[in-house]
Amino acid sequence: MDPITEFMVDHRIPVGPWGMAFFDLITDQFNSFLRLFSRSLNNFLAGLVDLFLLLPPVALALMIAGLAWYLQRSLRLAIGVALGLFFIINQSMWAQTVQTLVLVVTAATASMAIGIPLGIAAAHRPRLYRVMLPVLDLMQTLPTFVYLIPVLTLFGLGNAPGLIVTIIFVLPTPVRLTYLGISSVPTSIIEAGQAFGATRRQLLWKYELPSALPTIMVGLTQSIMLSLSMVVFAALIGAGGLGTEINRALGSRRIDLGIEAGLAIVVLAIVLDRMVHVKTRGGK
Amino acid sequence: MTTAVEFRNVDIMFGARQDQALAMLDSGASRDQILQETGNVLGCAGASLSVQEGEISVLMGLSGSGKSTLLRAVNRLNIVSRGEVLVRDGDRQVDITSCDEVTLRRIRQHRVAMVFQQFGLLPWRTVEQNVGIPLELAGVPEEQRRRRVAEQLRLVNLDQWAGKYANELSGGMQQRVGLARAFVTEAPILLMDEPFSALDPLIRTKLQDELLILQEKLRKTILFVSHDLEEALKIGNHITIMESGRIVQTGTPEEIVLKPANAYVRDFVANVNPMSVLTAWNVMRDVRDLAAAGEGWVWLDRRRTTRLKLASGAAGLEVERDGKPVALVPYAAPQSGHDGGGPVFTIPVTMPLKAAMEAMQHSAAGPIAVLDGGRVVGAIGVRDVLGAILGREASGVRVSPSTPN
Ligand SMILES: Nc1ncnc2c1ncn2[C@@H]1O[C@H](COP(=O)(O)OP(=O)(O)O)[C@@H](O)[C@H]1O
Ligand SMILES: [Mg+2]
Repeated sequence: MDPITEFMVDHRIPVGPWGMAFFDLITDQFNSFLRLFSRSLNNFLAGLVDLFLLLPPVALALMIAGLAWYLQRSLRLAIGVALGLFFIINQSMWAQTVQTLVLVVTAATASMAIGIPLGIAAAHRPRLYRVMLPVLDLMQTLPTFVYLIPVLTLFGLGNAPGLIVTIIFVLPTPVRLTYLGISSVPTSIIEAGQAFGATRRQLLWKYELPSALPTIMVGLTQSIMLSLSMVVFAALIGAGGLGTEINRALGSRRIDLGIEAGLAIVVLAIVLDRMVHVKTRGGK
Repeated sequence: MTTAVEFRNVDIMFGARQDQALAMLDSGASRDQILQETGNVLGCAGASLSVQEGEISVLMGLSGSGKSTLLRAVNRLNIVSRGEVLVRDGDRQVDITSCDEVTLRRIRQHRVAMVFQQFGLLPWRTVEQNVGIPLELAGVPEEQRRRRVAEQLRLVNLDQWAGKYANELSGGMQQRVGLARAFVTEAPILLMDEPFSALDPLIRTKLQDELLILQEKLRKTILFVSHDLEEALKIGNHITIMESGRIVQTGTPEEIVLKPANAYVRDFVANVNPMSVLTAWNVMRDVRDLAAAGEGWVWLDRRRTTRLKLASGAAGLEVERDGKPVALVPYAAPQSGHDGGGPVFTIPVTMPLKAAMEAMQHSAAGPIAVLDGGRVVGAIGVRDVLGAILGREASGVRVSPSTPN
């Protein structure tokens, strides 16, 4: 080894140990709180899953098809949704699908609930956005496996840590899209509001948000898809559902199981995408 | 006459380095110098103007001359760097540049409404919902809102379209929605920033006419921006000409046309058709200047074919052409052609030059007598008309003293 490299290696900056110390500290300090949080979250998710599983699968599938009709007013879509879900039932993937569905919907909802206000705040405060940008980049580029470990140590195994890693991965997308939507509202629209005496709150609710809605709704669709893409990783730290089946198929090299669970995920993805797809009027 | 809006020495400077840029402005630096040294853009400088209640006052000038900048100071869409903008609020005046947020909002909701060049409609709302939005902002109860919106939609002939989305309408209709949205506030002051410039010429003319008809009824104070002098002359009671951020002339339409203050204004005027501005009064020869044609008679024309006896009272005017008595009748367009032996027409002083020329055509280019309340005040011949069209200033065209409205 050349001397310079040798010197550098000898004086290695202990980022790894620092990080570990940091997480150890958090675990020590907040252990009981974190465990409590994680346990309640697990119970909540399990409760939801149990609730849905109380219903006969076909009834639940029909209810989801009804919801699809309600959202999109399309009989074709409702029939398609029902058929897709029947296929999943037919493959005996129903319980896993419901678990995944609960996880995905919760993660997407939480991401939107956190992401939209953050995106709005960023669009209104350019300085805040400049601070947020590197954090968002980090959240999106950090390989998922890297934060699986700390999340695992902080929250233990189960659905709760699965949900948390999913949110970490998904959150930047609604933030960015909300930011994009709000900051590209045409000035003419803002001025039309100001000229007639809109307050800041009225501007937000009556002008900016409706104008940005199409973009924000893209954020919702993407959040759902990204959440679905995380099910396999979430399963690695104990989140149940279709991800678990795929990991099992991988471990035991069962191509048939892989195909069945994989198809169930695809069907779920298509169903969700079509259901939340927003037809918007006008736009900008 | 009360003043609805008054600008007092308004300077508007865009950019961060206000103090430095304003100091440069005071020391006489040009717009370009200020831009180069400070990066600030001079929007307008030293603008003073008052707009009377019930009039249409037009800001006119080339693109970039600061018309919108000045207009937008009235509802503080632009921040004024120095000076005052006084807006009538009931029986007091509010300085928009310094009032608090609550006052500003009240003025924007109830006193000053705006119409935009690009309409500024919300595409996700129906026509009805667009018109109603100012009332929503002001917290007007739903029921009253509906009633007022329906009323406004009828006023601009859009009641059939209430449920359509704004972007399903043609440009002309969209701007009528814009007008209805401004009218629904019942604000006495309207700001219109080139409201018709984005429209086809035919639609533009139609909307100008509609605006004038509505204005007859509503008597708003309108501050109107235009880059088109024809439009300004057509609708303005007063016209203010702006050139690179400064006001160069304010006056009535005829003052602008007949007494342009500088070459910039003259260039604009050179491109307008004088017939749309001048009236009989501007081109006639005064009765006192007409050549005498015997005891109590004057010649109406230079060729001395037609003479008129000036009676002391209003009644019993006598006219002779080539020595034979002819009738003196008020001109009412359109008439069938006459040749030679027809009557001599009279027209009121306020008649537009264009109509006066039609009268002339129908009397075989004979002279026309100009009446003011039954009294003959002058005469118009072909030479007077040609002089007005070709020479204008040179031909001694009459300019009335500036009177408000
Ligand atoms: N918000 C702004 N920031 C910077 N410069 C501006 C802004 N608004 C207008 N200007 C500049 O001020 C000048 C006058 O513009 P404007 O009043 O819009 O002209 P007009 O309406 O007569 O075409 C132009 O040079 C324009 O670029
Ligand atoms: Mg403009």
